[in-house]
Amino acid sequence: MDTIDQIADQIRMKRADTEESGTAPVVAVEDLHKAFGSQKVLNGISLSLSRGETLAVLGRSGTGKSVLLRLIIGLEKPDSGSVRIHGQDIAGLALDRLGEIRKKMGFLFQHAALYDSLTVAQNVAFPLQHHNKEMSKSEQADRVKTLLAEVGMEGDLEKMPSDISGGMQKRVGLARALALEPDILLLDEPTAGLDPISSGEIDDLVLKLQEEHHMASIVVTHDLHSAKTIADRLALLNEGNVVIEGNIEELQESDIDFVKEFLKHS
Amino acid sequence: MIDRKFNAVASINPPLPGPRTQLLFSTVSSAKGLISEFLEWFGELGIFFWQVLRAAVTPPFEFRELFRQLDEIGSKSLPLVALAGAATGVVLSLEARYSLTRFGAKSLLPAAIVFSVIHETGPIITGLVVSGRVGAGIGAELASMKVTEQIDAIEASAVNPYRLLAATRILACILMLPLLTLAADACGLVMGWVAQALVEPLSFHQFINSGFKGADFNDFLPPTFKTAVFGLIIGLIACFQGMRTRGGAAGVGRAATSSVVLSSLFVILADVVLVKLIIIFFP
Repeated sequence: MDTIDQIADQIRMKRADTEESGTAPVVAVEDLHKAFGSQKVLNGISLSLSRGETLAVLGRSGTGKSVLLRLIIGLEKPDSGSVRIHGQDIAGLALDRLGEIRKKMGFLFQHAALYDSLTVAQNVAFPLQHHNKEMSKSEQADRVKTLLAEVGMEGDLEKMPSDISGGMQKRVGLARALALEPDILLLDEPTAGLDPISSGEIDDLVLKLQEEHHMASIVVTHDLHSAKTIADRLALLNEGNVVIEGNIEELQESDIDFVKEFLKHS
Repeated sequence: MIDRKFNAVASINPPLPGPRTQLLFSTVSSAKGLISEFLEWFGELGIFFWQVLRAAVTPPFEFRELFRQLDEIGSKSLPLVALAGAATGVVLSLEARYSLTRFGAKSLLPAAIVFSVIHETGPIITGLVVSGRVGAGIGAELASMKVTEQIDAIEASAVNPYRLLAATRILACILMLPLLTLAADACGLVMGWVAQALVEPLSFHQFINSGFKGADFNDFLPPTFKTAVFGLIIGLIACFQGMRTRGGAAGVGRAATSSVVLSSLFVILADVVLVKLIIIFFP
């Protein structure tokens, strides 16, 4: 059985191949501004993400990391700037047109946001029921079982979200995010609030899924260890902008005081 | 010299307004705030209605959720509405007997009960009972979904929440209110007859014949179908208050309360307008 480090190396090699083939960014954020009332959250942020690449967005609480993810999937509207998904600017798109773009994206919410009136299996089946209508019920059930098996939850199909732990809820949320086979995965604090063992399991799971599905992922996290494990690139945010972007070595070699302080306390 | 100095100071620092003027200013300012808040709320409600309407008329249609809501709003409100209708029938019978006997018009008692129940008490009681039960239910359910990001998760799954959550609930309210009104009317009439028959023997056949003498469809259909408007008001306000809520458990509580209060208030106000319109168009 491959170790996690071997899997991570394999993924990086695949990504290197992809980069060589010169693919256009699947997500391109340009000069994005967002404020809530008088509070400026994002202040001209620019980022891009290529196919198969994983970017970890780090930063202190309240620096707009989660807002950035919500802007990328169109749950918030930017004050100015643009978000392009596969080259398509999503600003001003009608909800149904935006829905077509969202089908290519999976989103894991910070608290999983499972539908509390549906079972675990129904939660994962939800996107399939709405978008894969040509799929028969038995095919949908099989797909749900496969997805839940991928995240190690195949034994809890009929449980309600309130009956499972936070870590298990995140696994189910991840299975739901993968239901439509997205090519962009957005993860909002996937390991927040979890014990170190559960955090490690989630990291392993994300790596395994990246290897199998070869998606572009943006992971918002406070957890530097997790970010180092699963991401190719790290972007450190402060006061609504990117302070530094690069791999962990580049961050460690940086002379910027904020970067040094952040790494010291992580 | 002193006067000139005093005038110069007064022109720089004008005298402070008295307590009455201050009270007037603060009253005017809070009234302005309330009016602007109401207009803002009303504008947002209009935009919300437009979004729901647009989502409701474009496919894919959420039939499964609609049927679930028809059951949730219709079947589960039936016992409460029937009980409220029955109680109203009894009260009307007792009150009308007393008043009509005083004026020597006791023979008009069945007609008084039938017309009161069908024209006004049945529809308005149904509207208010449903706004209490369903308004609070929808408001709290959607608010809870909103604060736990479940509505965002629906949207992130590329499903239109206006279509799935709001349009289905509003349509279910519109369709079920007239049917629930029929149930309230029926229970009101039966219990009105029972209350009368206990005092003075009268067959149900005689009661109905006498009560419906001279009545036509204009006495029955418009008041029953006006409750579809009540359904629109209850569903729209409850969905709007639920889906715009903020602020955790307290926000859920506020959404449930405001859904009931506002939908009941607007049902009563709409009734005033609808009664007048029915009188004009269905004399």
